[in-house]
Amino acid sequence: MTRDYKDNEFDVIIVGGGITGAGTARDCAMRGLRVLLIERHDIATGATGRNHGLLHSGARYAVTDRESATECIEENMILRRIARHCVDETEGFFITLPEDDLDYQKKFVESCLAAGISAEVIDPKDAIRMEPSINPEIIGAVKVPDGSVDPFRLCASNVMDAKLHGAKVLVYTEVTSFIKEGDTVKGVKVIDQKSGQSAEYYAPVTVNAGGIWGHNIAAMAGANIGMFPAKGALLIFAHRVNSIVINRCRKPANADILVPGDTVCVIGTTSTKVPFEECDNMHVTPDEVDLLLTEGAKLAPSLANTRILRAYAGVRPLVSADNDPSGRNISRGIVCLDHEKRDGIKGFISITGGKLMTYRLMAEQATDAVCLKLGIDKKCETATTPLPGSEGGKIEEVSKKIWANPTTPQKASVGRAGTTAAKIPLKDEYDQALVCECEEVSVGEVNSAIENLDVHNMVDLRRRTRVGMGTCQGELCACRAAGLLGKAKGCTEKAKKDLTDFMNERWKGMYPLAWGQTLREAEYTQWVYNYVLGLKGE
Amino acid sequence: MQEYTLSAHNFEECMKCTVCTAYCPVVPVNPHYPGPKQAGPDGERLRLKDPYFFDEALKYCLNCKRCEVVCPSGVNVADIIQSARIKYSKSKPKLRDRILASTDFMGSLARPFAPIVNGMTGLGVTKSVLDATMAIDKHRTFPKYAGKGFEGWFKRSAAAKQTSFEKKVAYFHGCYVNYNYPQLGKDFVTVMNAIGYGVELLDKEKCCAVAMISNGMYDGARKHAAHNEKVLGKAAGKGLKILTTSSTCTFTMRDEYHELLDIDNSSYRDNLLLATKFIYELVESGKVKLVFKKDYKARMAYHTPCHMEKLGWGIFSIGLLKMIPGAEFTLLPSNCCGIAGTYGFKKENYEASQAIGKPLFDEIAKVHPDFVACDCETCKWQIEMSTGAPVKNPISILAEALDLEATAAANK
Repeated sequence: MTRDYKDNEFDVIIVGGGITGAGTARDCAMRGLRVLLIERHDIATGATGRNHGLLHSGARYAVTDRESATECIEENMILRRIARHCVDETEGFFITLPEDDLDYQKKFVESCLAAGISAEVIDPKDAIRMEPSINPEIIGAVKVPDGSVDPFRLCASNVMDAKLHGAKVLVYTEVTSFIKEGDTVKGVKVIDQKSGQSAEYYAPVTVNAGGIWGHNIAAMAGANIGMFPAKGALLIFAHRVNSIVINRCRKPANADILVPGDTVCVIGTTSTKVPFEECDNMHVTPDEVDLLLTEGAKLAPSLANTRILRAYAGVRPLVSADNDPSGRNISRGIVCLDHEKRDGIKGFISITGGKLMTYRLMAEQATDAVCLKLGIDKKCETATTPLPGSEGGKIEEVSKKIWANPTTPQKASVGRAGTTAAKIPLKDEYDQALVCECEEVSVGEVNSAIENLDVHNMVDLRRRTRVGMGTCQGELCACRAAGLLGKAKGCTEKAKKDLTDFMNERWKGMYPLAWGQTLREAEYTQWVYNYVLGLKGE
Repeated sequence: MQEYTLSAHNFEECMKCTVCTAYCPVVPVNPHYPGPKQAGPDGERLRLKDPYFFDEALKYCLNCKRCEVVCPSGVNVADIIQSARIKYSKSKPKLRDRILASTDFMGSLARPFAPIVNGMTGLGVTKSVLDATMAIDKHRTFPKYAGKGFEGWFKRSAAAKQTSFEKKVAYFHGCYVNYNYPQLGKDFVTVMNAIGYGVELLDKEKCCAVAMISNGMYDGARKHAAHNEKVLGKAAGKGLKILTTSSTCTFTMRDEYHELLDIDNSSYRDNLLLATKFIYELVESGKVKLVFKKDYKARMAYHTPCHMEKLGWGIFSIGLLKMIPGAEFTLLPSNCCGIAGTYGFKKENYEASQAIGKPLFDEIAKVHPDFVACDCETCKWQIEMSTGAPVKNPISILAEALDLEATAAANK
């Protein structure tokens, strides 16, 4: 690029810091564009951080949606290469229960193979031996290359790499309007949520990667996408019940996937149409919890008596194609809209539909569209270039490369940061002291996140490091993390407010499950924070 | 909604209050040990994610079970830690560990040569050699081997008499009684006979295997447990109570077999109990009367072994000793003695072991009793070595304090 830029001029502005926006920012930056990524909250706050974290093999869609299935398996294999530190290669089973139709298995396997997904029918006994948590009543099992993927880590790695390639990232910055000249989008007006200050940014192309909120962003620019908010609720169990993904071998329905991810496992989902107003504040209902537990226990009976940590819900950014009230039958396919062709709005692209699994492909398609508009002919390299941290192998291998005798906090940091853990200060005893004991997050890792990963508050810190995501849900770590954050940001008052917000956010996810140990833990936490640490009334 | 939740050794019931770590005797003396909460329920979640998170430092756990006693949520913390060692540890037991753990094998080898072996192990030069070659700490005093074993004595001098009793109990004597200190077994038979019970030995008991478990010899431990399950089950099947004089053997066979070794011991579990519990309950219910010597006088201080705390049975030994009119009784504050079976014999643990026990040793020095009363043989070695105070099993104390003839007459 030979053009002279002002500080507020870019080649492309991307609105939305979910995985799609982050991936698009990375792709655009890698193709040499001057990129601005704008996110209203923190990265990965929407559907990106509110799903199963399933590394789909595509098998789930093989029968009903061949195109999505093929995209999934291709992206699955790509993510195993470029995002090794975010991916756990667990494999997956599709099990048939006595109440399911075993004939479906045949159709399922044929469809998988036709879509390029390896699908091996195995003896139910062998399946149970390999994954003892599986319902012993199963009458069929098929092995597929499912896995799990950490969406927070994946999103943060894309943002990190975009920045390494020169992108500018503004979080807690909301687009208030588009700057238009006639039919052309010239840029955006934004407000900085923290300072309240407004600013204007200019670029010849703006990409709307707002997920479900993209509906309103498009409307602001004068286009109607017609999106379909479909709520999906999930439950997080306190430890890994299974080490292999378990799916139901039937037409996709409620609560039929159990995914082991990091230290926990997740059952989901439900699918309900919700109004747009609810998208900003999702609640999980008692009926949804019951349904998830009942159906989940059919996959793995022990779930019925396994401690649950949290309930949460996300909104799928589906683009409506028909009047399906459940949203299950809508294609999960990628929708890349050039609004110049579609609505006569120049310099504006929407990238939506799709799913976490296909974010990279979505980003590639959006970036291709951007490059076409800018007249740039550069090839996409995101399918072959590893994300930062992904250059190594398993936790053991990477840890041993960095340290002679890795300690538990060091190993845990590699589990999250991959090879970039080498840059985290983790040498001395203080740096290795634990902030979060459940997830083994050390002082060094927290400080490094605050310094390098756009952490503005405790919830941001949780998304980068897993602080507060373990069994105690912040009981032991939140006050320590607030201390470190307060020190780094130089404001105790703000840290106190932040701590209160964080604890309330943790309680929100525990509230739908407030019984047994979860309630006992919450009660104990409340004593500690209200009466020992004096947060009562804050 | 769930009515209850389940997890291996209850690890998910942990609500992170950390009282286990505050109560752990190892944490204050060994900075390399992550503490029971971290090593137990916290570590378990990570190990389920990736076995690479297993930390060999879990070997520093004494398996004293004090974390379990103190846990308000019913988490079997030490079981989680020991199970993780069984499942994930890659370090193999060393020759030293095998020797220390094979209490009955070594006992049967050493006993015929007891005077020579005892003489040898008592020598400074032997201790130095063991220290240098085997990493068995030179400060340690080895338990002496008895020239004649308990089983032989029983067959020769006691078995015949037992048939005259209508009421019977079985006795699991353990390695210590058989190889090192037959007098305790003799005292046990004396006391039981005095209260009107005949004693039967088991059909070839084996070592309870507690030392094998703590030294990582899990296959051997399972074999012993499976054997003992059969012979104890056989005795229980005859309706016999199986009595013991060692809190650790009892605890191991009662709880560790099924918790750690996956051996179903329900065939005898309810019939296995410490002799002091058995006798105390008989006296309390009026079924047995104890008559004590009029002139017996002793200042005794009772130390509650950790496994006794876990069993919750200290109260029975204490209650029994307090019945002795001439006893001036002091209950020592709850404190691990630091030996934990073979743990304290290892050179690398010696300092930690002594540091753990120091508050107890200081307290004993302060009380300055005639002897310490205790139901555990390894606590006895540790306390005798570290304080000079003699240690007696409550059953031996009873044998001394009881007017045996009067007691026998009262229980006819």
